[in-house]
Amino acid sequence: MTELPHANYLAGLLKSWSGKPVRPLSWLNDLRARAIDRVSQQALPTKRDEEWRFTDISTLTHLPYLPSRPETHLQRHDIDHLFLSEARIRLVFVDGYFQQQLSTIQNSDDLIIGNLPDFSASHSSILESHLTQYAAFDHNIFAALNTAFLRDGALLIIPKNTTIADPIHLLFIATQPEVTSYTRCLLIGEAGSNVTLVEEYAALEQFAYINNSVTEIALAANAQANHIRIQRESKQAFHLANCSVALAHASRYLSTSISLGSQISRYNLDIRLAEEAAECSVDGLALISDNQLADTHTCIDHVKPNGTSHQQHKCIVDGSAHAVFNGKIIVRPHAQRTNSSQSSRNLLLSKTAQIDTKPQLEIFADDVKCAHGATVGQLDPEEIFYLKSRGLSELSARNLLTFAFGAEIISRISIPSLRQQLEQAVLNQTQSN
Amino acid sequence: MIHSNSVPVLTVQGLRASINGTEILKGIDLTVKSGEIHAIMGLNGSGKSTFAKVLAGHSAYEVTGGSVQFEGKDLLELPPEERARAGLFLAFQYPIEIPGVANTQFLRLAYNTVQTQRGREELDPLEFDDFVREKMKLLDMKSDFLDRSVNEGFSGGEKKRNEILQMALLEPKLSILDETDSGLDIDALKIVAQGVNQIANKDNAMILVTHYQRLLDYIVPDYVHVMQAGRIVMTGGKELALELETRGYDWITENKSSTTGAIA
Repeated sequence: MTELPHANYLAGLLKSWSGKPVRPLSWLNDLRARAIDRVSQQALPTKRDEEWRFTDISTLTHLPYLPSRPETHLQRHDIDHLFLSEARIRLVFVDGYFQQQLSTIQNSDDLIIGNLPDFSASHSSILESHLTQYAAFDHNIFAALNTAFLRDGALLIIPKNTTIADPIHLLFIATQPEVTSYTRCLLIGEAGSNVTLVEEYAALEQFAYINNSVTEIALAANAQANHIRIQRESKQAFHLANCSVALAHASRYLSTSISLGSQISRYNLDIRLAEEAAECSVDGLALISDNQLADTHTCIDHVKPNGTSHQQHKCIVDGSAHAVFNGKIIVRPHAQRTNSSQSSRNLLLSKTAQIDTKPQLEIFADDVKCAHGATVGQLDPEEIFYLKSRGLSELSARNLLTFAFGAEIISRISIPSLRQQLEQAVLNQTQSN
Repeated sequence: MIHSNSVPVLTVQGLRASINGTEILKGIDLTVKSGEIHAIMGLNGSGKSTFAKVLAGHSAYEVTGGSVQFEGKDLLELPPEERARAGLFLAFQYPIEIPGVANTQFLRLAYNTVQTQRGREELDPLEFDDFVREKMKLLDMKSDFLDRSVNEGFSGGEKKRNEILQMALLEPKLSILDETDSGLDIDALKIVAQGVNQIANKDNAMILVTHYQRLLDYIVPDYVHVMQAGRIVMTGGKELALELETRGYDWITENKSSTTGAIA
């Protein structure tokens, strides 16, 4: 019964796809053609799919949102409140399209930061060897759709042994209602490089749209990336995101993802510790209320020995909102001496709020250290008593503890202005009742 | 210091309390006057920490009998926050960690809440910073104490110092120090004791709940009470603590009828 509208939905999307090349470059067009082919062979997931058990996206099928249009009237002053004073390099995409006039780019000889199509000819071999190599689309319909509609995207190539001191801000802004935007990022960190990347999704108005995003990050030996992801889409939006990370020898990936917006958001984060002694730290916070649904699926895949992964995911759920966390950790047979920890902590602020949390450990090596834990609860009465014994009212004690619960993750963000913005957002949301 | 003309801050009469239907406090009588320092000693499970928590208003304990007057008010009628605002302070045995909230933010919130209730001006962050740094000198605390999250990753000694710092800021009329000496090395103990001694004056009072006599070498009590099975079974001067240190608690059970109430 449900297959039919899905098929119609996809058929509608396929119709809006244009085989016409954006730039006369065969490899990119081949890729798009292969992806559209894969789209036609897949179905939209339903709640019967294990990976989508808790997240019902059937609403999407009633929203025949066509791809967004490239034109925008957005001026700098419309969006400068979203700028980060610490970030001197900033790429702005509006409804998925790169906006040169709103961006600030400083390119040197080796450092590549800009819009992906601008480099598709000059850097075709490096792009070909990375693009879609991590976010495979064969069995992921949203990644396939994103690739089929691939046009603009953020490209960063951090040269060997180069540390970029200031954070780089990728700002994806939604302005058109009832469209689908396809956003894309590719970060290539060459050996020994180090970069801080802020990937932010924001909207200027509260209306419905779909944002389908794919991010790929490849870190070569000893490279480091600090990846801060902020999702504050409109509260009516659908945010469907995939991020795939590949880590080479002794590389280090630090991720902090904050999920505040969207009616329905789904974030798949796949990290593959492909070589020895790779390390990742994965922190997440979902802060939702009303009828929001925030679903985070992570998979940390230890392939080789001596890897380290530490994960802390937190959800604060109010109203009738629903948070989902599925954290898979795979330790493959050769990944001896893996050190992995995972903690999922969840705070329910109302009787109608819902949380589904599922740690999933698949350990095939014997010499490993793996710790995981999940808690779902209300605020701790002992903590409330402590604050009350210092004169705080019940309400202000609760507000402070709720704020603290979220602020613990936010405090790890190394960019002061962003940290303040997010603390304020948490404060506004947690002190509203 | 005992002053002949000082007024009672706290009057406890026949206090009984239970947790989950089990009676822990079985009739406590205690009067604390301003300027006085009282020590309550006893073995684990004697009810001394329960007594401290009941006075502070912990909701897990049900008061089943008796009365507590604090500064002329019926203390048992007040919720914990109003007890704090009225000038009662409990230094916790196990202070709570609050990751994500800077200590200075928490201290200022507590200070301003209590100040406002007492009809005084709030301090803005800059004014508070000067004020709190002055108080921190009492406890030999480093300035990074303010920026760190409340008690998170603090050593035992740092947590206890943070408790005493809060006591210094909130200027309570009656402070109850629950096992403040536990988990402290001798240097930390001296610093904490020195801080407490500087806060003590003729207008406030203190109750030290402790297991060992050690703390009382540095904070000299006017009275020492011994708790057993939910009652105060013996009261003496500071020399009683030394006697407990050498003789243990066993002899009290046999002799308690002869000494109970010697001072009360």
